[in-house]
Amino acid sequence: MKKGLPLLIAVGVLLAALVATRLVGNRYLYFAGYVIFQYVVLATAWNILGGYTGYVNFGTAGFFALGAYTATVLILAFKAPLPVQIVAGGLVSAVLGLGIGYLTLRLRGVFFSIATLALALVLQTFVMNWEYVGGAKGVSIIRPAAFPPFASYVEFLFFVMAALAVVSAMAAWWIENSWVGRGLAAIRDNEEAAECMGVPTLRLKLLATVVSGCFMGVAGAPFPYYVTLVEPVSAFSLDYAVNSLAMPMIGGTTTWIGPIVGAILLSTAQQVATVTISSELNLLIVGIVLVAFVLLAPQGIVGLVQRLAGRRRA
Amino acid sequence: MASRLVVEDVHAGYGAVRVLHGVSVEANEGETVVLLGTNGNGKSTLIKSIMGMVAPARGAIFLELDGKRIDLVGRSTEDIVNLGIALVPEGRRLFPKLTVEENLLLGAYRRAARRDIKRNLDSCLEMFPILQERKRQLAGSMSGGEQQMLAVARALMSAPRLLLVDEPSVGLAPILVSRVISKIQELKDRYQLTVLMAEQNFNQATKIADRGYIIVHGRIEFEGASTQALSEHELVKRFYLGV
Repeated sequence: MKKGLPLLIAVGVLLAALVATRLVGNRYLYFAGYVIFQYVVLATAWNILGGYTGYVNFGTAGFFALGAYTATVLILAFKAPLPVQIVAGGLVSAVLGLGIGYLTLRLRGVFFSIATLALALVLQTFVMNWEYVGGAKGVSIIRPAAFPPFASYVEFLFFVMAALAVVSAMAAWWIENSWVGRGLAAIRDNEEAAECMGVPTLRLKLLATVVSGCFMGVAGAPFPYYVTLVEPVSAFSLDYAVNSLAMPMIGGTTTWIGPIVGAILLSTAQQVATVTISSELNLLIVGIVLVAFVLLAPQGIVGLVQRLAGRRRA
Repeated sequence: MASRLVVEDVHAGYGAVRVLHGVSVEANEGETVVLLGTNGNGKSTLIKSIMGMVAPARGAIFLELDGKRIDLVGRSTEDIVNLGIALVPEGRRLFPKLTVEENLLLGAYRRAARRDIKRNLDSCLEMFPILQERKRQLAGSMSGGEQQMLAVARALMSAPRLLLVDEPSVGLAPILVSRVISKIQELKDRYQLTVLMAEQNFNQATKIADRGYIIVHGRIEFEGASTQALSEHELVKRFYLGV
């Protein structure tokens, strides 16, 4: 039962997404839904390293944009199909994760965070000066034609992102409930003690950076077809780094469901604010909510619910 | 399975600071060997060298298993744990924000131990009834004595043949020190462990030790073939007994 449940939920979400494309006519909702699912992937990916392992990554935008630009290059050079772009984006970002992990994970805590921040800046500068992908002015991408059962290509992208969200959540769930997750929790709590117990700390941390980076790249790969104009400022936007850190913090970092709850709540709030007030408010909302949570519910929504449930039982 | 831990002429330290200057120590199958020394003489460095957490500059550390020599120098801690050596680290080093049960499960990270995890967990909880009661409590919220018991129990979860104990008495009230020490003895008898214990509490350590070494400034100054010999040695008199 407990093992079958996540699979059931996964299939349910996918079916719901597919049914939604039949029922919903308003095309804006697909754009909004895409963004929400994209943040589910990013927040989940961030949480594998930041939440489970305790290594804060400020460079989400770098991994995300690397996925996006890998896809861009594949489109420009080979007109590669979307699945190829996603796999390639994931692989390239995973390799970046391995590299940055290998170079910096021997350092602990804040040094790692600074390195990831620098990484995003270096990559952005590089892309800005890379003519093939349009440099700073960016490059236009033409979406392929829609195909049944989808009425538009955006509907298809929405469905693909829903599927990626499901896959990333399942990966996080598996990690959490395996020896890998147990080892990561040990590293988060007391890395030295973990080492004493024979937990292969460096290997596990590398695995976490690779998986985390991979999913960030995967989230970025469909980006060119989504925006149709890929340029560095939006691909490397600060929003990605801030949101993918804030969402798990708000939802709760120790379980797979936390980042999902945070991503859905926060990105829905942002979408609503964008439509009703102004898109400039997005980061302000994140900031205020994050401060509120750090002060009032440091364990996030999941922690809050657990605490309330525990109190009732006691 | 006959096993023997041998430390041979080990020189080790941290960067430019040399801590151990040619230390040789042995622990034979089923023995409880105590490494006596006050703070800053190299006990923990020796233990860390055995666990592969400090790389010796010179010398050999090896395990003899049925006549086969397995070198430990150059191996990762993980490999060394896999060979059946477990550490109760100084200052306990628990996972404070994980539960008692999670702490215990992490003790069984080595692959061979995962198979028998259920049985080992049951026997640990049976040996340490207090941990059974506190299974779901966060390790960091227990008292010092309970935490030390947990640290010992966690090391046992890997089903080791050799148990290294680094200063179990640190930060504990005398009555608790005595309890922890007798627990170690009890475990040793039950699981036929070989125990190498670094300790500065002479009276407690010699209660359960078969023999021991006195380490001063990174050198073994005296090797006592019995606790009797140790207690009669003038270094012990000078350092521990205050006479």
